[in-house]
Amino acid sequence: MEIIYLLIPIAIILVSVAIWAFFWSVKQGQFDDLESPAHRILFEDDDDLIPEDARPDRNDKTGSRD
Amino acid sequence: MTVERTEALAPCFHCGLPVPPGTDYTTIINGEAKPMCCPGCQAVAQTIVDGGLDGFYRHRDASASPTDTRLAAESHLADELLLYDSASIQAEFVRHISPEQAEATLVIEGITCAACVWLLEHHLGEQPGVEQFSVNMTNHRARLVWNPSQTKLSTLFGEVLRIGYKAHPFHPNREEQLLEQENKRAIRRLGVAGVGMMQVMMLAIALYAGALQDMEARFVEFIRWSSLVLATPVVFYSARPFFITALRDLRTRNLSMDVPVSIAIGCAYLASVWATIMNTGEVYFDSVTMFTFFLLIGRYIEMQARHRTGKAGNALMDLLPASATVLQDGQEKMLPASELKPGDLVLVRPGHTLPADGIIIEGSSAVDESALTGEYLPISKSIDDPVVGGTINVEHPLKVRITEVGANTRLSAIVGLLDRAHAEKPMTARVADRVARYFVMTVLLTSATVASVWYFISPDDAFWVTLSVLVVTCPCALGLATPTALTAATGTLRQQGLLITRGHVLEGLASASHIIFDKTGTLTEGNLSIQQMQPARELSGLNPYAIAAALEQASEHPIARAFHPYFQRSATDTRVQINAGVEGELDGVQYRIGRPAYAAELFPDTAPEQPDRQRQWVLLADDQGPIAWFALDDQIRQDAAFTIATLKRLGLQVGMLTGDDSSAATRVAAELGIETVKQGVSPDQKLAYINELQTSGASVIMVGDGINDIPVLAGARTSVAMGSATDLAKTSADAVLISSELERLALALLVARKTRLVIRENLAWALMYNLVALPLAAMGFIAPYMAAVGMSASSLIVVGNAMRLSRLPRLSRKPRE
Repeated sequence: MEIIYLLIPIAIILVSVAIWAFFWSVKQGQFDDLESPAHRILFEDDDDLIPEDARPDRNDKTGSRD
Repeated sequence: MTVERTEALAPCFHCGLPVPPGTDYTTIINGEAKPMCCPGCQAVAQTIVDGGLDGFYRHRDASASPTDTRLAAESHLADELLLYDSASIQAEFVRHISPEQAEATLVIEGITCAACVWLLEHHLGEQPGVEQFSVNMTNHRARLVWNPSQTKLSTLFGEVLRIGYKAHPFHPNREEQLLEQENKRAIRRLGVAGVGMMQVMMLAIALYAGALQDMEARFVEFIRWSSLVLATPVVFYSARPFFITALRDLRTRNLSMDVPVSIAIGCAYLASVWATIMNTGEVYFDSVTMFTFFLLIGRYIEMQARHRTGKAGNALMDLLPASATVLQDGQEKMLPASELKPGDLVLVRPGHTLPADGIIIEGSSAVDESALTGEYLPISKSIDDPVVGGTINVEHPLKVRITEVGANTRLSAIVGLLDRAHAEKPMTARVADRVARYFVMTVLLTSATVASVWYFISPDDAFWVTLSVLVVTCPCALGLATPTALTAATGTLRQQGLLITRGHVLEGLASASHIIFDKTGTLTEGNLSIQQMQPARELSGLNPYAIAAALEQASEHPIARAFHPYFQRSATDTRVQINAGVEGELDGVQYRIGRPAYAAELFPDTAPEQPDRQRQWVLLADDQGPIAWFALDDQIRQDAAFTIATLKRLGLQVGMLTGDDSSAATRVAAELGIETVKQGVSPDQKLAYINELQTSGASVIMVGDGINDIPVLAGARTSVAMGSATDLAKTSADAVLISSELERLALALLVARKTRLVIRENLAWALMYNLVALPLAAMGFIAPYMAAVGMSASSLIVVGNAMRLSRLPRLSRKPRE
């Protein structure tokens, strides 16, 4: 049980680091907009990252169905 | 005679408005031709597709705001944008980081959903010279970093316009900077409380488990000291606002809910510190941190809602133009509107907004004063007539001598009325605050009595008995009773499209006796549309809509604007006659549209009788005789009748206040079944009427949308602004109906009444618990740990009861005769 004399102070130090990081990010304006990041992750604007051969034919709807 | 109703086809793919029949605007999106309602939307959609940004249409979850056709087409806007390149204007909002880099903050109008943010960031980000463009969806502000030597600022403003939005420079005022600081401080407090609560909770579990398994005393002591270290910042940093307001309230001898909350946090914390240092008794660090965190969440949500509509700093800018054309020694010169002085001679072209108050020196025209009066039909003005800044010149160019600028204008006077109305607003005493007053007195008196009595019986126990009295009566449940219920109800209403921005709204809604509506824009849609076309004779070839639209294209009168969506081809030789109509030539035939007498001058017969007297009719004619009648009307909102019937059934008195003094007001009232109608009233008369009602004991809800409603919105006990209202109206209202669906109001009323019930249940429970526990604690029967368990249990019951509010009550649709 003596280990808690070490572990709890470490936990308290980690918490203070976390709070410092949190204050820093608030100051940077990372919490100014809490709305759009939730939607932004769903936007498919990474078309150019998909390799050529794995890309679905979106512009060719009628052609592939025949 | 046959009657044709105009029927809408598929909605516009871009903005969702109905596509007028007889028009054909399409844009190819993703390989399919999509219908568009007007050339403006078509141009915007084309720009979006050409930029490879058609992903916008897949991502969005709300239609884009309708494009102003004039914006996309007219050239005067380009001149206005060029103004932003001048150094004197840029000095106000552009910061130069280095010779190659400048930074500006802009306000973007027209953002409806997250996809708009995506579209703006991608489109602007692709422009040459733009280094960074990020849009904040919550406050609609954008941060632009660009290279001024590569791109002009006016080009970038133009690009924003090309994809259907409007950019203004953002001038932060003091108030807004304070709001931002307040927001950041609140987030930091919440974060500290949350992290602190989690850590203390973990240690508390160790203590609870240790108590059952007989943990060694030295470990218990160590864990208590650790909890003390973690709880201290929560009490001294996060809970500070409670202590500050409590102190202020005590000084003004006004006991609010913050007083018992501070006593609870302070006493429980001090008792725990005492217990830790002396190594006796119980610690309550877990309760202290949890209580603080829950209360802060409620406050934070309330503050967020308040800030969302608090864009007051830019509200006036939306109404006044950024620039004015000043005539100096016969030369036209563009100047920023803020540099105008009384005595300047200004040229106001048709379609432009007057930059300040003045007197007409030359010309006559119709002026749209809807911003001030709510009346959408323009008023004709000629030489020596006064005109007001913020109103729109509709028909002919005017030369105006400026008489008043800045704070002396009529528009500023209305904003001044707003402050007065706020100051006179009846205070709503919250139930919880009333209860708190008696509660705090009782607790303090009892504690003092108990302490002194026990001091005589057995001085050793006196401290601990008094402490358990204070802990048992800890007003945690009482403190949470109201905020949890309000938070749950506010969340439910927000999902339903009613954004509550001030705390007293739910109580105001629940206890309302009167509900007063504005007419134009609130009960009605707020703009004229063609309701019916009645042909007077058969016409081969041309469609009457096409002829009418060709003629009316020359005018910006609201009547003419109702025809603009039908525009296909243009007429030649068009002339606008003020207060009469338009004349023009199409395929060599002379046509006239407008008042029957004016149109009838073209053919030998006398003017025919108009089909009915209820609506406004315009006549289209050529030299052969009349061609067709068009009925124009401001449409009543679809759900207005049902809403008013429901509100009446809920026991409210419904009334209508309007600046309009035509027969239209009486007709709307009759159609909706509203008995109390005050028409032709000015903004201050509206305020006086509401104040009179309120002094006679009525609790009034005011629903409105225009600038002319602002004083009355601020003065009513509870006020609701429509989602389409001006920013200033939204800021002065207590709640905003985002979806503009009136039906939600009736729903909100039901939720508010249910909330009131839940709050009363919660308060009753909290008081009952305290009444039972207090005598037991005073007699020393309750050990401190039992007090702690009881305290947590009663708080949880209160929170659970409030959660019932997240379910929505149903509106019965049946009683609709």
